[in-house]
Amino acid sequence: MKFGTEIVLLSVFAFAALVAAGFGVDEPFRRHMWVLFFAVAGFTAILLRNTEFKPAAPIDPSAHMDGPIRYGAIATVFWGVVGMLVGVVIALQLAYPDLNIQPWFNFGRLRPLHTSGVVFAFGGNALLCTSLYVVQRTCRARLFGGDLAWFVFWGYQLFIVMAATGYLLGITEGREYAEPEWYVDVWLTIVWVAYLILFLGTILKRKEPHIYVANWFYLSFIVTIAMLHVVNNLSMPVSFLGSKSYSAFSGVQDALTQWWYGHNAVGFFLTAGFLGMMYYFVPKQANRPVYSYRLSIVHFWAIIFLYIWAGPHHLHYTALPDWAQTLGMAFSIMLWMPSWGGMINGLMTLSGAWDKLRTDPIIRMMVMAVAFYGMSTFEGPIMAIRAVNSLSHYTDWTIGHVHSGALGWVGMISFGAIYYMVPKLWNRHRLYSLRLVTWHFWLATLGIVVYASVMWVSGIMQGLMWREYDQQGFLVYSFAETVAAMHPYYVMRAIGGAMYLSGALIMAWNITMTILGHQREEEPMPSPVAIRPARSGAR
Amino acid sequence: MTYNLMRAFADSWGLVAMALFFVGCIAFALRPGSRRLADEAARIPLEDE
Repeated sequence: MKFGTEIVLLSVFAFAALVAAGFGVDEPFRRHMWVLFFAVAGFTAILLRNTEFKPAAPIDPSAHMDGPIRYGAIATVFWGVVGMLVGVVIALQLAYPDLNIQPWFNFGRLRPLHTSGVVFAFGGNALLCTSLYVVQRTCRARLFGGDLAWFVFWGYQLFIVMAATGYLLGITEGREYAEPEWYVDVWLTIVWVAYLILFLGTILKRKEPHIYVANWFYLSFIVTIAMLHVVNNLSMPVSFLGSKSYSAFSGVQDALTQWWYGHNAVGFFLTAGFLGMMYYFVPKQANRPVYSYRLSIVHFWAIIFLYIWAGPHHLHYTALPDWAQTLGMAFSIMLWMPSWGGMINGLMTLSGAWDKLRTDPIIRMMVMAVAFYGMSTFEGPIMAIRAVNSLSHYTDWTIGHVHSGALGWVGMISFGAIYYMVPKLWNRHRLYSLRLVTWHFWLATLGIVVYASVMWVSGIMQGLMWREYDQQGFLVYSFAETVAAMHPYYVMRAIGGAMYLSGALIMAWNITMTILGHQREEEPMPSPVAIRPARSGAR
Repeated sequence: MTYNLMRAFADSWGLVAMALFFVGCIAFALRPGSRRLADEAARIPLEDE
């Protein structure tokens, strides 16, 4: 492979970063540009080292392009472990504030590192690689655009590195789940448009007449995130060589824009995209078609029409007009129906094959994911009701809810997809070990149960303590007293998170060994039909 | 275009248009005779590789 054009363009990019590092108007920006310079220059050096002048083997246009997907699977596992590790660290920081190491590793900087790490680095890479895997197989077409897929993959990793290092340097817009500053946002926009072209181009050159429903979900995720990202990040930089920008909106409009973005990031990044995963990988692993294809289409359109309006439920009892709050609440409650329709569709795909739950730990993982999808989409609408929200808002209950969705649904369905894909991508007969998948399953499930139930108790206690009045109408508890009361729960939460992290570490080991081509010698899982021979003569 | 004009459009014609589009999508998905096509489509992932 020769990388002539790439090397020239990357050298120019690295030089631009160096210039920006020299002329930047504020110290964090200059530091951040040094990070960019070293990242791009290092990548250029790797390309230079890997250049070969042998003529490249001709590309078979009918074969799938799986190279970027293999890299994406590894990136998913890697960022998953990193993001969850940071999660355990910040859980411990809440329990033991002395662990805040100033200034780079304090809670305020590590918290967006954790959320972006698990949502965009782990979840984003999982969506990127599975979407490219699924679209090629269900469209029976090779990825569109030649090396465009490589640009999308490496461009997205650069976004992650720039976002993560920016947080540690203290660069932030302070917009939840959209913390990166304007120049990183611009870069993500470029990468995301390339991703859209890549995905849409592959669909357009498909050989299968029908577009399978999983691709609908993936496409809606890509299109909606493009729209949300651009609108939410409309802002004016103070200087084009500086790290600070100001939002185009102000006051309650800005708050509503942020939560329109924030809730639809949940709806279209963490739900629609992963539903695409469910509609492909659950049928594949169960070797049965989806329970009702028509229900999946109804599920799709209902999600599309309802989710986009639910954001205002994050702004109950604020300056947001009442009608907008009520709108958000009503649409959140209506979301119950499509969510449960989708959950039933996923679970019933296994009808007639429930024995696989006993014999196949990957199916077990996927079923647990769908079950958590159902549970967290049941809990969410309840919390969106204004009266319930008056107790739950700003408390740990919200954190528990987010994690039952993120760890239970997003995490588990991604693990299932990775376990399914990796042996296929590297042409391995099977995973290194199915027993280790069972270990991962139980550690993750118990970790979530500990985490979510502890946060329920802690959150409701916190909410009740905040609103406790005495007979004279004075607040009974000071804020610091509520913090002290939560200490034991914070410790337990860290334990739950550590269990989930250790499951992810087991997965990393299992996937590494599978890729290296090892198979663990172990007792096989019980066979699907374990019929015991009748003992003759025994009465 | 003022806020009030947009607001009036959104909760009248805009709402009707979106609701009709949604109902149309559902009706089209559930139209008579779609079951066979849907069952074929559902088998797409199982027939690759």
